[in-house]
Amino acid sequence: MLLANILVAGLLTGAVYALMALGLSVIFGVIRIVNFAHGEMMVLGMFGAWALNRFLHLDPLWAMPLVAAALFLAGYALQRGLINRFVARPEHMQFLLMLAIAIMLTSAMLMGFGPDARNVQLDYAFDSYDLGGLLVDKVRVLAAGGAVAGAALLWAFFRFARTGKAIRACADNYLGAQVVGLDVKRLYAITFGIGAACVGAAGSLMLLLVDVHPYLATDYTLLAFIIVIVGGLGSLGGALLGGLLIGLSEALSGFFIDPSMKSMFSYGLLILVLLVRPQGLLGRRL
Amino acid sequence: MRAPFSSLFAGRPRRAPAALALFVAAMAAMPLVAGDYLLSVLILVLFAAYLAQAWNIMMGFAGLLSIGHALYIGIGAYASAALFVHYGTSPWIGMLAGVTIAALAGAAIGALSFRFKVGGVYFALLTIAFAEFTRILADHFGWIGASSGLFLPVANRATSDVWHLRGAPVMFYYLLLAAVLALLALGRLLLGRRIGYYWQAIREDEEAAKALGIDVFRCKLAAVTLSAGLTAVAGVFHAFYYNNLYPETIFAIGRSVELMLPAIIGGLGTLFGPILGAFLLTGLSEALTNATADWGIDGLKQLLYGLVLAIVVVLRPDGIWPWIAARLGLGAAPHPPASRVPPSARERSEGALPQGQP
Repeated sequence: MLLANILVAGLLTGAVYALMALGLSVIFGVIRIVNFAHGEMMVLGMFGAWALNRFLHLDPLWAMPLVAAALFLAGYALQRGLINRFVARPEHMQFLLMLAIAIMLTSAMLMGFGPDARNVQLDYAFDSYDLGGLLVDKVRVLAAGGAVAGAALLWAFFRFARTGKAIRACADNYLGAQVVGLDVKRLYAITFGIGAACVGAAGSLMLLLVDVHPYLATDYTLLAFIIVIVGGLGSLGGALLGGLLIGLSEALSGFFIDPSMKSMFSYGLLILVLLVRPQGLLGRRL
Repeated sequence: MRAPFSSLFAGRPRRAPAALALFVAAMAAMPLVAGDYLLSVLILVLFAAYLAQAWNIMMGFAGLLSIGHALYIGIGAYASAALFVHYGTSPWIGMLAGVTIAALAGAAIGALSFRFKVGGVYFALLTIAFAEFTRILADHFGWIGASSGLFLPVANRATSDVWHLRGAPVMFYYLLLAAVLALLALGRLLLGRRIGYYWQAIREDEEAAKALGIDVFRCKLAAVTLSAGLTAVAGVFHAFYYNNLYPETIFAIGRSVELMLPAIIGGLGTLFGPILGAFLLTGLSEALTNATADWGIDGLKQLLYGLVLAIVVVLRPDGIWPWIAARLGLGAAPHPPASRVPPSARERSEGALPQGQP
């Protein structure tokens, strides 16, 4: 039963990871830029939700849409103003730009919020549901629920909305999208905004589960890479599957071996997938 | 956006050797006039220059982006330090071990990646994964001190024992200076050889290189192996200069990122770019530390550092050395990689996923 508890907790955390990774996957899938500042944006989302809780006493769950909206605007502006010029540059230049952005974000957060770990005080923080012996933390259920809702919204947007379809067209055929008169620059900016909104929402939810401090960023960036590559870059289902898998793997290795070695197994999984099935578990054959 | 064919064969202007001689003389004379602080900064510069040069062999010459070079520094550092601590082995023999292990590790990573046609961004992420994997492994490896660190006995700074690398900073200064110059000469030699031209061909267009009959797999493998082994040498000096090693810092991804910056900022694929970049970035970092120390604002230094990086990358996408060299009439040959990928190549590489399924 203990094992079942751990598996469920891992899966629920994995759902939040999945939403974070979805943001990375969307940005890479369409713009073909690897967002090395992804973890920094995640931590920014966490701090945003923390500030809304601290000063407006807003539950992180309700802060989620606000944080997502704010990060959408920030991501839109960033892509429009800066990143767009780098779309046709080689990978190392894009990397350097995203790195500079990441450094600035981390240090800005360090200046704004200080280096200490921050958390939110919730009256239901220690509640849990008892499902026939299976104990599930309430915060984890809420966080996972929020993540699933966010992912569903994203799926519906790309499936049904005109803009979502146009973005998919850009990703499928860049030249063709230009030929039929799509405003690719604007669509790219919207895409980056959506990716940022995803990771902002995931950050708000993650605040329910962990404390936040500026130095978390690199770990989240790497975590998002692992998830997205294991699942398959550019595949929504892949990011979900990858998130759940990594959540499970972290929970299991933390329980059976050593919590400090949990990310080693994630990296092991990443290496294995890259070598055996480089397009990821659900990635399309290219 | 390719440079004209003829520029590859353009004669080196006569000013270049004179400038190089002046630079070497100035650097050799530096310890006579520099104080302790300046000397310690210059040692940082030389470390940065050497590492960036070694990394540049992979990325600048052959176009292979590695974001996991901390792995090879760590291997060199830990191999030599652990042998010294446990058996009193000379670091020069430890270096042999460290370089061999690092080169083998590089060859293994390269062979796995290139055999399975992992390239571009995916290759870069794979190098990160191997470095991080090793970092956590080292955290739990008791023989090298695990996460509580490995410490070398404090050095006697009065006498210089070169055989055991125990001595004053000035000894490390000259050793590193020699290493930087040796690597400069090696880079010059390699670029003029067949392998250098093969690397540049692969960097510019791998498919075309293959079509010309170049054994792409072996050339790329050679670049990774050489770069990894050379990087490990700096790890040995690092261990014996700082006298303490923690997996958390030596294998950190931050170190991998930091060591590639001088090469990119200075000018990828150029010989002097990494050295110039090391001077500029280390100088910038020190200047910002000194300038912002008085204000006592956490993170301000990093914010400004990031800002300068962003400005440079927007304004000088080819790096600073080619731009300066052209103005000083020093000639920037060999020419750096194209800073804009033609749309056709971009379409084709598509994140460089394997074209043929393994």
